[in-house]
Amino acid sequence: MKIIAFVKQVPDSAATVVVEDGKVSWGDAPLVINPWDEYAVEAALQQKEAHGGTVTAISMGDESAKEALKHALAMGCNEAILISDPALANVDTRATAEVLAAAVRKIGDADMIFFGRQAIDGDAGITPAQTARILGLPMLSFAASISVEGDTVKVERSIEEGRQIVSAKLPAVFTVVKDFGEPRYPSFMGIRKAARAQIPVWTLADLGIEAPKSVVSWPEIMNPPKREVTCEFIEGDSPEEIAEKLADKLIAEKVL
Amino acid sequence: MSNKIWVYVDHFKGEALPASWEAIGAGKTLAEKLGGGVTALVFGSGVEDLAKTAFEYGADEVLLADDPALSDYRPETYTSTLSKLASESNPDVILLPTTTRGREIAGMAAVDLESGVLVDVIALDVEGDQVVATRPIYAGKLLQKTLCAAKPQIVTLRGRAFPKPERQEGRTGTLTKVAAAGEPLVTVEGYQESEGGVSLTDASIIVSGGRGTSNNPALTPPDGMDEKEAEIWKAQQGFKMLGELASVLGAAVGASRAAVDAGYIPYAHQVGQTGKVVSPDLYIACGISGAIQHLAGMRTSKVIVAINKDPEAPIFKVARYGVVGDMHQIVPALTEAFKKKLGK
Ligand SMILES: Cc1cc2nc3c(=O)[nH]c(=O)nc-3n(C[C@H](O)[C@H](O)[C@H](O)COP(=O)(O)OP(=O)(O)OC[C@H]3O[C@@H](n4cnc5c(N)ncnc54)[C@H](O)[C@@H]3O)c2cc1C
Ligand SMILES: Nc1ncnc2c1ncn2[C@@H]1O[C@H](COP(=O)(O)O)[C@@H](O)[C@H]1O
Repeated sequence: MKIIAFVKQVPDSAATVVVEDGKVSWGDAPLVINPWDEYAVEAALQQKEAHGGTVTAISMGDESAKEALKHALAMGCNEAILISDPALANVDTRATAEVLAAAVRKIGDADMIFFGRQAIDGDAGITPAQTARILGLPMLSFAASISVEGDTVKVERSIEEGRQIVSAKLPAVFTVVKDFGEPRYPSFMGIRKAARAQIPVWTLADLGIEAPKSVVSWPEIMNPPKREVTCEFIEGDSPEEIAEKLADKLIAEKVL
Repeated sequence: MSNKIWVYVDHFKGEALPASWEAIGAGKTLAEKLGGGVTALVFGSGVEDLAKTAFEYGADEVLLADDPALSDYRPETYTSTLSKLASESNPDVILLPTTTRGREIAGMAAVDLESGVLVDVIALDVEGDQVVATRPIYAGKLLQKTLCAAKPQIVTLRGRAFPKPERQEGRTGTLTKVAAAGEPLVTVEGYQESEGGVSLTDASIIVSGGRGTSNNPALTPPDGMDEKEAEIWKAQQGFKMLGELASVLGAAVGASRAAVDAGYIPYAHQVGQTGKVVSPDLYIACGISGAIQHLAGMRTSKVIVAINKDPEAPIFKVARYGVVGDMHQIVPALTEAFKKKLGK
């Protein structure tokens, strides 16, 4: 089984993110592997463990994205590749998908391609479906469990309305949700191996493609308007008295 | 098919998601600025009723692809049907609700049509013939103004960010039947409905519980449970209590990740950065500390109420009303108070 897992480097979910002088800043908060992509790597590793084969982690980004790849290696991926090219700064999701699809083609013969459901910086959740469409492969999104038999994969999807079971022929593209199970922690040995790993860098020329065109732009990024809330604490001598007062307040707010 | 504004009506087994009607409303507002009317797209099998409803919510035209081949949503057939229609008629804007299906179709259609997607938009404006969208990024810590230089400009709209239009019974428009397109790559084998209740993202009221749900020393768990089982059992009683408040208010039940990770309640209930992003009129957080990742999922709620033992809990910083106290005493009292006052 040849498996690919796409991972992105993002500011930590606990970071305070603000716009300063028109630029996004997260202070000294660390950059980490996108939390959803940890689930993707976990799912990829489980498939490798069940069926044999290799997992290749791939990230597109600048040199710092190697840290996300090292995390994936430390979790147990066999190899990692960084795609980096000055022409790829600030591209939209379709352009990203073009590049990721080119990487899948260059690697060749992939059976399973895993994505996170969403990158927590841009919050798009679009790249996986676009990559699948470009490659002409089935898109099996929001996978809560995956089982492979021969060249057929069966997936339990977690959607708004409940659980849906779908099947498709491999190769296929997957996004993974939390129900899949918590991602493993890197082992001590894994961390040591990852620290020494040489991560090859592919440019657009290596992928054999031109810089893909982006049509989506974002001329302005803003801090959201400050919400002026002051908390009114409801007090009373008994839970009943507090509840009475609170219920009256909420009825007066006309939100019921 | 001359309208410039198209709206994709997302539904599951013929049941439309409310965000679809909100999208028709948003489409009407755009059409007032860009000219023309709104064309709604209804795909499925046996879904003519949805077309009727789309007219009642304001669609001027409906393109109806009613075909057994579309009886289950599959990304390939739904996308190809949309892309084929759009490449024939060249709409300026295609609006979809930000649902699991909406995101998927939008992304794939952008590939087919060589255009782009403005995702999970909360406000729309028009400059010239361009749509300028506002969307939250970094889990709502920032806002981004964004536009798409190609056509059609594909936009997905966050649920509850745009008002649902008034339904006008009996209103009709032009119904045009169109053909399905595309070859599916996936087979739907089965489906299991999620256990009842109001869907979190559509809910106008949410009652949410965190780790505090298990902290009720007054309860005595049944004999023979180990510590972990006893904790989960206690939390389940806690969530039952929240469920009673929710049912009096017609609310959905949410949870923090800590409650989900501890096995108190299924992941489908999780609110936050790695759960559902919600924006109800009223959010009642019980025994939730208010970690930044939880706030990311609910901070745009209109009125937030926090019930927490700890007066320093960060949740009070975003709350309109706060109660410092034991949720296991306050919540049942609140349920009774509402029962009385709302006449239930
Ligand atoms: C990558 C990442 C993603 C995450 N995504 C999410 C997410 O999507 N959603 C999410 O919620 N979290 C998320 N988290 C976790 C988040 O950081 C917090 O750990 C979590 O929200 C805490 O849940 P909690 O408030 O229930 O628990 P705690 O922080 O333990 O708080 C429990 C609260 O209950 C109060 N309490 C206890 N007993 C009572 C009582 N009897 N009556 C009243 N109050 C009581 C306490 O005072 C305390 O404030 C994420 C974390 C990471 C790292
Ligand atoms: N630059 C990137 N490098 C590698 N993977 C990416 C990149 N951007 C997006 N992805 C993958 O696509 C998923 C969804 O991203 P997005 O559509 O940007 O929310 C992520 O969880 C990653 O798995």
